[in-house]
Amino acid sequence: MPEGDAVVRIRDVVKEFGPLRVLDGVGFEVTRGQTVAIVGRSGSGKSTLLRCVAGLETIQAGEIEVCGHPVGRPGSAARAQLRRDVGMVFQSYNLFPHLTVERNITLALTLVKKQSRDEAKKRAADVLGMVGLTDKIGAYPEQLSGGQQQRVAIARSLALQPQVMLFDEVTSALDPELTAEVLGVMEDLARRGMTMITVTHEMGFARRVADLVVFMHKGKVWEIGPTAELFAEPKTAEFRQFVGSEL
Amino acid sequence: MSYKFDFEFLAERWPDFVAGAWLTIQLTVASIALGFLLGTVCALARVYGGPAVRRVVGVYVEAIRNTPLLIQIFIVYFGLSSLGLKLSAEVSAIVALTVNMGAYTTEIMRAGIQSIQRTQLEAADCLGLTKLQTILHVVLLPAMERVYPALSSQFVLLMLASSITSQISAEELTATANLVQSDTYRSFEVYVIVAVVYLALSALYRFALWAIGLVLFERRRKLGTPL
Amino acid sequence: MIQLSANHILYLVEAARWTVLLSLIAFAGGAMVGLPLALMRVSRSALLRGLASVYIQVVQGTPLLIVLFLSYFGLGILGYKLDPLIAAGLSFTIYAAAFLAEIWRGCIQAVPKTQWEASDCLGLNPVQQYAYVILPQAVRIATPPTVGFMVQIVKNTSLASVIGFVELARAGQIVNNSTFEPFAIFAIVGAIYFAICYPLSVASRHLERKANAGR
Repeated sequence: MPEGDAVVRIRDVVKEFGPLRVLDGVGFEVTRGQTVAIVGRSGSGKSTLLRCVAGLETIQAGEIEVCGHPVGRPGSAARAQLRRDVGMVFQSYNLFPHLTVERNITLALTLVKKQSRDEAKKRAADVLGMVGLTDKIGAYPEQLSGGQQQRVAIARSLALQPQVMLFDEVTSALDPELTAEVLGVMEDLARRGMTMITVTHEMGFARRVADLVVFMHKGKVWEIGPTAELFAEPKTAEFRQFVGSEL
Repeated sequence: MSYKFDFEFLAERWPDFVAGAWLTIQLTVASIALGFLLGTVCALARVYGGPAVRRVVGVYVEAIRNTPLLIQIFIVYFGLSSLGLKLSAEVSAIVALTVNMGAYTTEIMRAGIQSIQRTQLEAADCLGLTKLQTILHVVLLPAMERVYPALSSQFVLLMLASSITSQISAEELTATANLVQSDTYRSFEVYVIVAVVYLALSALYRFALWAIGLVLFERRRKLGTPL
Repeated sequence: MIQLSANHILYLVEAARWTVLLSLIAFAGGAMVGLPLALMRVSRSALLRGLASVYIQVVQGTPLLIVLFLSYFGLGILGYKLDPLIAAGLSFTIYAAAFLAEIWRGCIQAVPKTQWEASDCLGLNPVQQYAYVILPQAVRIATPPTVGFMVQIVKNTSLASVIGFVELARAGQIVNNSTFEPFAIFAIVGAIYFAICYPLSVASRHLERKANAGR
């Protein structure tokens, strides 16, 4: 794929839960290596949008493309492709509690990527090193702090070498000091050139790390632009108010 | 009381008791294994299946849980043979016990499967696991761990309930007792001995289930905490 | 061969009355023995706890059928020939007491410890604590599983048939001996059991939902 090409294309996406229209014609593009921060109040539809990109929700109208493949279409081939392209990290970590840290990471490597146990273990050690948790390889999730669990969840996703990583409010359940260690890992990933879309409440992180900021309001992309510009000169009253309230 | 207890018949008949106990073990291990499989599949269907499948499983579970095992055994052994499907007493026993075990397992495993949060399924989905892989690696083991005490009790209860298959002359432990007591007229002694053998089998099954739990639930073995 | 007729079905339904009566005897007997056992299981005395525990373990580790054989044939050989109804009543009491004791022990222990402490602070003696504070709360918790256990009792009364007591299951065998239509007959017998048990199952679940909602 040439440099600068769009990894994720979102066009006119509509998502409804019953009578409630949560996404109302949302669209933007994410190019390779970009870090995008989606911000907005709760209920603005930002998490739903991320879940749509991850293929966890079906959309009523519009199109989502990841690496040139449509998302949300029936058919297991398309789904398998999406799973190879996209990694997702959740607010509630969602580690498998009955498996060790190592097995959490190697599970998909052996089952989905059909790697040998040894290959998978080597990869697990590598990604755990990247998130600074090499010494926790034999631990169970419940023996880790929330921040450590979230770093393992990131490593688990990373191990599959996705084209784009999605982060859904990954620090919202964490204490401030634990938040810092998780954000540190994410910053590191951004520097390594990983394409990332992150839904976040951390304005400091968005300002520091994001290339592009998407402000969502009432199910629409209310304001979008390069981070520095957007924060320096908010165009809408809603964004100005939002930025003010988050400081 | 003028009665003199006499256990002398044991010297001659103990091999019968051993053979009866062995058949009890074979019948019940087979029924527990098959019933557990049947029940687990039904429980998955009950939680993840469509409305029609859920309804069918529901009818099965209620029909079995609200009728006596004795009648279920009679239907399989006498009923099916009158319809032309002749099964031996032992096979009938295994079929009836399996169907019975399956219904109880369905209810128990359903509770376990429902305790697995939806987010666990989403995480597995995002990692690219297929539905079957998710069920096998993410759902079943923790679900089973959560309900393992109830499951174990039910397995032991089934072993005890297998005594009822003596009524279709499956030559298991209770049928052996009936035979020996009719030969020796020592019914009290015979049934006391058999009661003791069943108690020993209960203890044996509990121990075996505990050991199986240790092997299956690695996290539990290492940390000792409930999931 | 005699044709299966409405009379046969009437006969089965009438026999079901004995099933109900046996169930009531079993429940009453089981409750009378089971409650003291449950209280023994939570008592401060290790001896009482141990005795109750041994009783429960032994009964729960022995097939009910063997208990029945012991009370009917075994005691008969020893010179205590019991009527089938008495032998069955005795066996079901022994059986139900052990299971009810375990259920109720759990319910007594489910009453929060602070209730004991609070009533103790009010100066109630242990008997008053049980009578006015603990048991009324335990009864509420115990109702759903107790009703659920009654289903087990009803089903297990079918075992009385093996000592010749003519209740529903035995009546089914008798009808089958003259008509030789086992599938139809035992299906009907099963349906009658279902008609007795299913409402109890539904009631138990309903009570449990209500109890959970009230919390």
